[in-house]
Amino acid sequence: MTRFVSLVLLPLGLAAIGVVLIWTFYLAATGEAGARLADLALARVPETGVSNPVTSVLLNYRAYDTLLELAVLLAALLGIWSLGPAAPGFQRGGEILQGMVDWFVPLLILAAGYMLWVGAYAPGGAFQAGALLGSAGVMLALAGYPSAGLPSERLLRLLSILGILAFCLVGLVLMVLGLGFLTYPPELAKWLILLIETGATLAIGVTLAAAYLGGRPDHTSEVDAP
Amino acid sequence: MISTQLFYGGGGILLLLLGLWSFLVHAPLLRKLIALNVMGAGVFHILVATAYRGLDTPPDPVPHALVLTGIVVAVSATALALAFGQRLDRDDDR
Repeated sequence: MTRFVSLVLLPLGLAAIGVVLIWTFYLAATGEAGARLADLALARVPETGVSNPVTSVLLNYRAYDTLLELAVLLAALLGIWSLGPAAPGFQRGGEILQGMVDWFVPLLILAAGYMLWVGAYAPGGAFQAGALLGSAGVMLALAGYPSAGLPSERLLRLLSILGILAFCLVGLVLMVLGLGFLTYPPELAKWLILLIETGATLAIGVTLAAAYLGGRPDHTSEVDAP
Repeated sequence: MISTQLFYGGGGILLLLLGLWSFLVHAPLLRKLIALNVMGAGVFHILVATAYRGLDTPPDPVPHALVLTGIVVAVSATALALAFGQRLDRDDDR
C-alpha cells in the first residue's frame, strides 16, 4: 500500500464514515425515542426470578443468546486445542511473586463466588465471575505453574462444557415438562438461573485459563496447584 | 446530560475508526489483532452510550447484556487468533 493511500485517502474515507456515524448517533440520541426494548424489559424483571435487569436479559429473555455465546467460547477453545500442545510455561516465579500469587488466587476464587451470587440483584453474574476465575488461572500460569491450576484433562473437558450442559439439560427438562425450551416457570426461575450460572462460571473460567495456555494441556510436567 | 452521552458515543466511534485504520494499514498479524480489539472497544463504547437514558431512568439493560457477552467472546476470539498466529510462526521457522 502506498503512503498516499494509507496516510491521505484512507483517513479521508474513514473520516467521512465517522461523520455519518456521529450524525446517526446524534439523531438516535436526541431524536424522539420510539418504542424501545428497555421499557418492556424493565417492566417484566420481577417475573424473571432475578432483580438485576442485565442478568434477567442474559439468562432469561435472551437465554438462547447466552447459550450460543458459551458455544462460541467452546469452539474457540477447541480451535486452540486442535493446534497442538501448549508452549512450555514460564519459569517458576521468585519468592515475592509466589507470595502474592498465594494470596491473590484464593481471593480471586472467593471474589468469583461473590460475583456469581450477587449477579441476581446487582452488577455481577456468570461472565464477570468466570473472568475472575480465568484471571486466577492466568496468574498461576505467569507464576510458573504449567497447568495454570487446571485439573486433569478428563475433568478439564467436562468442566469446559459444563455451561452448555447445564443450559441444555435445564432446557430439555423444561421441554419435557411442556414449558418450552428455556422457558422458566417464575417460581423456579431463580434457582434454575443460579444453576445455569454456576455451570457457566466454571466453564468460562476454565475456558479462559485454558485458552491462555495456548494449546492442548500437557500434564507430563505436572506441578501441584496450591 | 445529552452531551455526556454524545461524548462517550463519539469517543467510541473515534476508537472504531482508529482501529479500522490501523487494521487496514499495518501488515503484521499482531498489530491487526490489537487493532481489531481497539475496534471492539469502540463498539462496546457505542453500545453502552446508546443504553444511557438520562440520569433519572435506569439504563437499557439489553445493550449492557450484549456488551457483557461481547467482551468474553472478543477475548476468546483473540486467544484463538493468537494461537493460530503462533502456530503459523512455528511452521515458518521449520
